Amino acid sequence: MAMIEFHEVHKSFDDLAVLRGVTLEVERGDSLVVIGTSGCGKSVLIKHIIGLLRPDRGRVVVAGQVVHELSERSLNELRRKLGMLFQNAALFDSMTVGQNVGFFLREQTRLKPRVIAYRVAEKLSLVGLPGTEHLYPAQLSGGMRKRVGLARALAVEPEILLYDEPTTGLDPIRAAAINQLIVAMREQLAVTSIAITHDMQSAYTIADRIAMLYEGAIIFQGTPDEVRRTEQPVVRQFIEGSAVGPIAVD
Amino acid sequence: MERNASLQMQQPRGVGWRFVGSLGAGLLRLCGSCGSIAHLWLQTLRQSVEPPYRLRLIVKQMELVGVNSLPVVLVTTTFTGMVLALQSYIAFRRFNAETLVASVVALSITRELGPVITGLMVAGRAGSAMAAEIGTMKVTEQIDALISLATNPVKYLVVPRFLASAVVLPLLTIIADLVGIVGGYIVAVYIFNSNPNVYVRNTTYMLETADVYTGLAKSVVFGMMVSIVGCAEGFHAEEGASGVGRAATRAVVFASLGILISDYFLTALFY
Ligand SMILES: Nc1ncnc2c1ncn2[C@@H]1O[C@H](COP(=O)(O)OP(=O)(O)OP(=O)(O)O)[C@@H](O)[C@H]1O
Ligand SMILES: [Mg+2]
Repeated sequence: MAMIEFHEVHKSFDDLAVLRGVTLEVERGDSLVVIGTSGCGKSVLIKHIIGLLRPDRGRVVVAGQVVHELSERSLNELRRKLGMLFQNAALFDSMTVGQNVGFFLREQTRLKPRVIAYRVAEKLSLVGLPGTEHLYPAQLSGGMRKRVGLARALAVEPEILLYDEPTTGLDPIRAAAINQLIVAMREQLAVTSIAITHDMQSAYTIADRIAMLYEGAIIFQGTPDEVRRTEQPVVRQFIEGSAVGPIAVD
Repeated sequence: MERNASLQMQQPRGVGWRFVGSLGAGLLRLCGSCGSIAHLWLQTLRQSVEPPYRLRLIVKQMELVGVNSLPVVLVTTTFTGMVLALQSYIAFRRFNAETLVASVVALSITRELGPVITGLMVAGRAGSAMAAEIGTMKVTEQIDALISLATNPVKYLVVPRFLASAVVLPLLTIIADLVGIVGGYIVAVYIFNSNPNVYVRNTTYMLETADVYTGLAKSVVFGMMVSIVGCAEGFHAEEGASGVGRAATRAVVFASLGILISDYFLTALFY
């Protein structure tokens, strides 16, 4: 049984049909990368997994449970196994970095403050920001916020990690370090993950499989090698970053 | 002249229709808001009784609501007590009933103006701040982040504000009652040269504890209303800085409307 399954998921906002029948599976321990043009609905797609959005039609199944049919209580049980990095980091701006990263442990577990402080420090060093506990989000750069957001997601120590553009806004060296971290999460902790990225370099590094979302559906899926070799014109245009092709640029 | 006349002939219809149209749309929105406010109120009550009880957050909100609103409550209710004494003195002098001034001030302040003015001021200070803060969290996905960390936003954000407001409003109202009565005393004694002892005796003579209690009971309702309306408008804030600004404005307008309308019915209920 796959860890995450989308079955014919449809989602519209007013009369904007964003997802028009997405079907997708991620096996336990696998790392899927979703690519697609800006605004095509990638963030909308992964928000369904954590129950932030409810499909108009179809269903999303996580660890064998249909997300939109769960009670509030079971949904929160499920969320304890999930970590999500938001595209804009979505840090709590009234809290320090340390309070952000330790939020879940403080609010939702009975761990002692000393243990929490230790885990917070550990996650912050993992993302390359040791000793920044006392800073406020407003004092951080965009790339630093992103990494604090990642540390906050890691602090949950989840079985499933959802990364919305983990390396956007980072310099190439930091980006490579984050890619390595994502690979390590999968290899050492057997985390199942979905990452969204525009960065093909990063996609090839972290993906077992790559899926492309286009016009509300998954138009291509394959291993990084299959993606490199594909003749599918939409995918070719995307990975080559060309302005001419089937994807209209306006 | 003729052109002007024909313009005037046409304009009222266009403006009139547009007015009816926007009134209709406004009413629909108002009904929607009332529905979501009632829904949030029920959710909040349910979440309030469920553990965990986050005492630390409640105390922090009590500080915010109380400290933010206290200065403006002090100033407005002092002057309200003063103007009450002034007006009633002028009126009662016409039939030589100046001794009633003290009772009028004491009763109007404790039963009516203390809780209402405090409620309105807290709506302006704390209610709008709640809408702006929660609205900002909404549009920057911090609410989504809370949910993703298995934390119920109503429980975490609304319950502390709700409980804090329901406790702090009566406390502020007690202070408002006191300074309002002192304001009246100042005007009566220092401007109209009333006998201070007689004034104090007349104040306590007519005032019953029930007057104070009903006023405080009203203020508990106003506190709940201000916080729920503020939070509900925050949750429904639209994208962008202007969306958050609109949410804050609507929080103040709706909370003030709610306070003044419910005040009538609460008064009718208590007596
Ligand atoms: N809550 C919402 N209400 C209304 N429309 C929304 C909402 N969330 C997303 N949309 C719309 O859905 C579309 C897809 O948005 P989404 O954020 O998923 O794009 P994306 O693929 O993540 O783009 P990017 O790569 O730029 O992040 C956009 O047109 C957006 O305006
Ligand atoms: Mg996105």
